[in-house]
Amino acid sequence: MGGPVRSGAGQRRAGAAGPPPRVLVTSPRARAPRRSAPPVTREIDEQTGLGEAYMRSLVRAQFRLALLVCAVAVAAIGGLPLLFAAAPRARTVAPLGVPLAWLLLAGAMYPAFVAGGWWYVRHAERNERDFAALVTGADPAAGDRDPLR
Amino acid sequence: MTAPSGIAAVSLVLVATLLLGALGPRLSRTTCDFYVASRTVSPLRNASAIGGEYLSAASFLGIAGLILAHGADMLWLPVGWTGGYLVLLVLIAAPLRRSGAYTLPDFAEARLGSAAVRRTTTALVVLIGWLYLMPQLQSAGLVLRTATGTPVWAGAALVTVVVAVNVLIGGMRSITLVQAFQYWLKLTALAVPLVFMLLAWRFDGASGLTRDAPPVFPERTTVRVGAEVAVRVQRPAEVTVTGRLDGADLRARPVTLTAGTHRIGKDAVVTFPAGAAVPHVADLPARTGREWALPLSGRDNPLYGTYSLILATFLGTMGLPHVLVRFYTNPDGRAARRTTAIVLSLLGAFYLMPALYGVLGRMYAPELLMTGRTDAVVLTLPGRLVGGAAGDLLTALVTGGAVAAFLSTSSGLAVSVAGVIGQDVLRGGVRSFRLATVLALAVPLALALAARELAVADVVGLAFAVAASTFCPLLVLGIWWRRLTVAGALAGLLTGGTTAGGAVSWTIVGGTPDGTAGALLAQPAAWSVPLAFAVMAGVSLLTPRGVPAGTARIMVRLHVPESLDVDRGTWRPKEG
Repeated sequence: MGGPVRSGAGQRRAGAAGPPPRVLVTSPRARAPRRSAPPVTREIDEQTGLGEAYMRSLVRAQFRLALLVCAVAVAAIGGLPLLFAAAPRARTVAPLGVPLAWLLLAGAMYPAFVAGGWWYVRHAERNERDFAALVTGADPAAGDRDPLR
Repeated sequence: MTAPSGIAAVSLVLVATLLLGALGPRLSRTTCDFYVASRTVSPLRNASAIGGEYLSAASFLGIAGLILAHGADMLWLPVGWTGGYLVLLVLIAAPLRRSGAYTLPDFAEARLGSAAVRRTTTALVVLIGWLYLMPQLQSAGLVLRTATGTPVWAGAALVTVVVAVNVLIGGMRSITLVQAFQYWLKLTALAVPLVFMLLAWRFDGASGLTRDAPPVFPERTTVRVGAEVAVRVQRPAEVTVTGRLDGADLRARPVTLTAGTHRIGKDAVVTFPAGAAVPHVADLPARTGREWALPLSGRDNPLYGTYSLILATFLGTMGLPHVLVRFYTNPDGRAARRTTAIVLSLLGAFYLMPALYGVLGRMYAPELLMTGRTDAVVLTLPGRLVGGAAGDLLTALVTGGAVAAFLSTSSGLAVSVAGVIGQDVLRGGVRSFRLATVLALAVPLALALAARELAVADVVGLAFAVAASTFCPLLVLGIWWRRLTVAGALAGLLTGGTTAGGAVSWTIVGGTPDGTAGALLAQPAAWSVPLAFAVMAGVSLLTPRGVPAGTARIMVRLHVPESLDVDRGTWRPKEG
């Protein structure tokens, strides 16, 4: 529903003598329940223990995500030279007539980087949305609405 | 290529660059349009600008040349130069933008509040910038010589002057649009000739490269040797020589090149019959097509070399002086991330091509293995595979692309280096910036003319090694680790700078010794990067009182999204 809401029972008594009683007019927003706790941003600004705990959780979440991407990259990229060194067959095998090293290094690697990059961007933004929701007291499960826009 | 079309292509790009540089300030109105641009530049345009500035002569010419010379092991180079942006994306993109830093010394100052760290980073920015500029100018000389016949020193000097004028009239810094255009120009300049060349290759019978023999001249070939070379001949060949051969002056004389080493003089012309094995320059092993196509069969200690290359490129990208400035054009940390992800796609698309040039070069321009000018493969191939006027046009296109490549990178680097010299070494202000620009370009020009000729991509690789050993630990620990101290940062920067820098100087000045020591010096990253990280972290742990007072606030600044209203401290970068 939209528009202001009248509260009180003024309408029924309109016909009675004297001016109509005063009516409280508010918007639905102001009637929403007040936030109980002070915003966490203040805790962060004043560097209280709670604020620091929130900050550490954000940094840790983002760092873990970054490490995950780096670990996958290290395993995939750092593993290739070892594979070529340890398994001579991996050096000489040529699916589609192109040696494996060329297929991977001159082809497949680049789309993999792009995919990894976008995967990271999506998750890093999700981490930030969760943090923003936590800090402002909004519902973290507020759907796909993007508060950063 | 005929000289007129080469001169036309080079002049066109030079004049266009100067014009855009002169008109740019009027288009952008303010001396520094980053603040303005930050609200209007879309991530795609921003990413194109990063790509345009990043793809240097080493990418445009050097990779294909190294692949032609050394084969599959060099495929790691473009992989690393792209993967560096993945590491940059996940570890530093958003926090770096949120720091508000405009240069690396700015970041060091914001994070640690120390003038000593700021000065050290300034020195390193200048060192890395010079190291990166030197091969750009060298290859400028090479391109202009190939295209127009001018001597190498003249081409390098001409490009230096153009870059200097361009920077002094205030162009490049402000023009995101021009750098963005450069990316698409380079992509086109490499892609269009490639399409025609692949068609010609198919028409030619689509032969492969996995033969068990070293490369041969497919047809009767006349090779002009630009500079004196020592070549090794595998199989004796009946050739015709005009010029100096092993000290004797010959005039169109048929001689037998015996197996072994021969010296061929400057400007000598040698004609080989069809099917003759291609002699190789002395320091390049002659390898069969099969060996060439397989990984880990190249230089000494291939496994160590490969890992060192991977480490240097993946971790060095984030420390390049001209890359960081572009992140400032993003409106916020989130846009910085998205921009970087788009950069990954743009670089990936570009780097699919140099390997194909290298392969085609081995088939159709094997004489480059003899003259040692493998960096010229991109410029040579289109005219070789596509004849007539079309070939001339395509050659003019790649020549223009190459000129764009070293102009955009050199300008970006010159601006970054001149910026820190002007602000941190001289007094600041416009006059200092002008003097700093001259310094920023004169030193690498002198180095380019004095140093012996090295492959473009090799020297650029050394710049990456120094960046990975110094700025990578500073940025990564600075962004993610609260316990970093001023003493730790200084110790780490000095350790990384002296070890990697020392190894690099040794390689450039004296050449590399053979064996393991040579590999360690030529590719220092594998040991210097872990060492720098260990020293930076270790000294920080030993000096726990040295943690800067504002660290918690800086962490808020670096990591909290801009949408939240929190206190981010009051640090601002100095006005340039």
